[in-house]
Amino acid sequence: MTRKQKRLSVIVGGLAILGLAAGLVLYALRDTIVFFYTPSEISEKNVLPGTRLRLGGLVEEGSISRTGGTTVSFVVTDTIKTLNVSYTGQLPDLFREGQGVVAEGVLDASGGFIADTVLAKHDENYMPKDVADKLKEKGVWQEGKGAGP
Amino acid sequence: MIAEIGHFALILALAVAAFQTLVPLIGAERGNRQMIASAVPATLIQLVLVYVAFAALTHAYLISDFSVRNVFENSHSAKPLLYKISGVWGNHEGSMLLWVFILASFGGAVAIFGDNLPPTLKARVLAVQGSIGFAFLLFIVVASNPFARLIPVPIEGNGLNPVLQDPALAFHPPFLYAGYVGLSVAFSFAIAALIEGKVDAAWARWVRPWTLAAWMFLTIGISMGSWWAYYELGWGGWWFWDPVENASFMPWLVATALLHSAIVVEKRNALKVWTVLLSILAFSLSLLGTFLVRSGVLTSVHAFAVDPERGIFILGILCFFIGGALTLFAWRAPALKAGGFFSPISREGGLVLNNLFLCAACAAVLIGTLYPLALETVTGEKISVGPPYFNLTFGPIMLPLLLLVPLGAQLSWKRADLFAALQRLWAAAALAVSLGVLVLIATERGPWLAPFGMALGAWLIFGSLADLAQRIALFRSPLAASLSRLVGLPRSSLGMTCAHAGLGLMIIGIIAITLWKVEHIVAMKPGERADVGDYTVQFVGETPLTGENYTGRAGQFRIFRGETEIASVVSEKREFKPMGTPTTEVGLHQALAGDVYVVMGDKTADGARVVRLYFNPLVSLIWLGALIMFFGGALSLTDRRYRVGAPKRKLTPAGVPAE
Repeated sequence: MTRKQKRLSVIVGGLAILGLAAGLVLYALRDTIVFFYTPSEISEKNVLPGTRLRLGGLVEEGSISRTGGTTVSFVVTDTIKTLNVSYTGQLPDLFREGQGVVAEGVLDASGGFIADTVLAKHDENYMPKDVADKLKEKGVWQEGKGAGP
Repeated sequence: MIAEIGHFALILALAVAAFQTLVPLIGAERGNRQMIASAVPATLIQLVLVYVAFAALTHAYLISDFSVRNVFENSHSAKPLLYKISGVWGNHEGSMLLWVFILASFGGAVAIFGDNLPPTLKARVLAVQGSIGFAFLLFIVVASNPFARLIPVPIEGNGLNPVLQDPALAFHPPFLYAGYVGLSVAFSFAIAALIEGKVDAAWARWVRPWTLAAWMFLTIGISMGSWWAYYELGWGGWWFWDPVENASFMPWLVATALLHSAIVVEKRNALKVWTVLLSILAFSLSLLGTFLVRSGVLTSVHAFAVDPERGIFILGILCFFIGGALTLFAWRAPALKAGGFFSPISREGGLVLNNLFLCAACAAVLIGTLYPLALETVTGEKISVGPPYFNLTFGPIMLPLLLLVPLGAQLSWKRADLFAALQRLWAAAALAVSLGVLVLIATERGPWLAPFGMALGAWLIFGSLADLAQRIALFRSPLAASLSRLVGLPRSSLGMTCAHAGLGLMIIGIIAITLWKVEHIVAMKPGERADVGDYTVQFVGETPLTGENYTGRAGQFRIFRGETEIASVVSEKREFKPMGTPTTEVGLHQALAGDVYVVMGDKTADGARVVRLYFNPLVSLIWLGALIMFFGGALSLTDRRYRVGAPKRKLTPAGVPAE
């Protein structure tokens, strides 16, 4: 191989790798991202059952019930709409009534939400930023005071 | 009083850093020897001043001086000593001070150990270090003063976030920062080389040990963080592709690429422009990581700062250094002459491939980390990019690279014989393939990744060992001769063997826990048993618990294999003073074959406890592998070439001046 051919083969090989990587990234970004919604947005956007999404809001006071065994159900609210969530497993330490929560999972056919992950921020001033932003948009969050009716 | 001394030392350090930036730089430009020589004392004075400030803050934490706002907000008099110390950096202001502390230490190390550097290069390197120090000191003094006083003085402090009160996490930030900030030295060398217009083998030999040290700290810092996440968060996982984890992982990927490309500059005087660019990128990603983690744009345990002004300040520093460095690069890099030429199939070719794959993988991680932020800024739409994205992109990009690792190490410089290299590896390949076949038979109809991943790990381990065996002519000469060769082998080559073999162990651990993890969630009453993997776990009962600064309940569990009891573990629910913040402690039984991981959850309606049980096969190999990689780095660092004044520029005629 001449000098030029060698250089060309290195460049072409490099571009091929980068091209493949770019293709993978684009494909993955289309198929693996998960959208973040509040209960109101879910009803507005007619999200199809089975779509994977993140649900954010507040855990409604008095809504947590342990139906025996390891399944827990609770209601997530953005103070406008609510959604029933059921989750099998351990809740995070900081999961509390009246506090913010982020759950990841799918909507079932009857309009409930089956969560496989429930997230808590590692902070005692417990309000995930995602939730706070959404609640601010909905006008139920006051700066400095937290969520209020 | 002592807090004021600390504050004053910081302001003085800021002034000295300004001097350290300007005077040596101008001196090097004009050839003024006095100005050039001022770089070293300026660096050392800045170092001492920053140390004084750091000591003052540590003192405030040790004596629980709650008149200092930072101590009041983040400490508590009942906290154990270790966490009083780690509390110094367990908050925004203190962690920035730690950043500057480590930066000054690296600057000082260059000043002290850089005797064999040409004076102008050394002056410029120290000046660039000084400019980074100046930017961050300014940030601390203007926007995050850790010594601010509080009136009236509170009687008790707020306490440190309890999940941060953990031995592994106490030392995770210093190590990680040592890695982040260590990359600043490679950055400073790159900028100095661009100003001088000269990059040669000697330059690479100076840069490599610093990069290597930073890489080692990053490796250990990231694995400590992952170890903490594994046993403290109680989710049974060891890596979550959380943006904060990615922020530390990206500099690691580029630093790994830089380590390899610097070898090409050193040995073959090629890839110079690329290596300079990588040096800039590695530290830029460190800065980006600092910004992402510290500015509060990400929701995480690390986001102390909620003040947007601070985020904008760090963003400014980020833009200045990255933008400035890349501009300088665009302007000066064409002046660096290309070096020796090589065939695609050669050691250089292999290292170029390594760099391509590592950078492509880093780009995939970067896009996955920043895309949600960008999308939210542009469209207001909120998304999360989680493990599925990274498994689909990062995995496939890394697989071919890992396959090529043992092969690349076999190729000779300039032009290599691929067939001969493969021939030397046949034994390693045979061992790896047979392991893969064994796994395939054992896990019939399992995912294809299982046999492939195990074979891949074995290929890395045996491939590295095969390389070592050839170098010392094992089995081909008497054992004593082989051993004496082993001792005489360059440490850097032993280091490479260790690092690559450690990587292989880590791959095996990762594949095993990813594919064969057993998870079981049950409601258990005292006395009840549940199976997980080959083990049976019995819930004995719970007792009340009182610690130094918490109270709670401790659940006792006995672990059986068959009918033999092999261990008993305790999983705790703690409530920390003063806020009553709850945390959960995992009950962990570790063994090389796999960990039994027990998490006691809430009470159910009928008085049982929800218990989450995991069997995590071979998971320890992940951290063992990281430790071996770290050890390999340490071996390399003791290589003779870096010690015995070898890097003398006049001995290397290969240096190519720009003009």
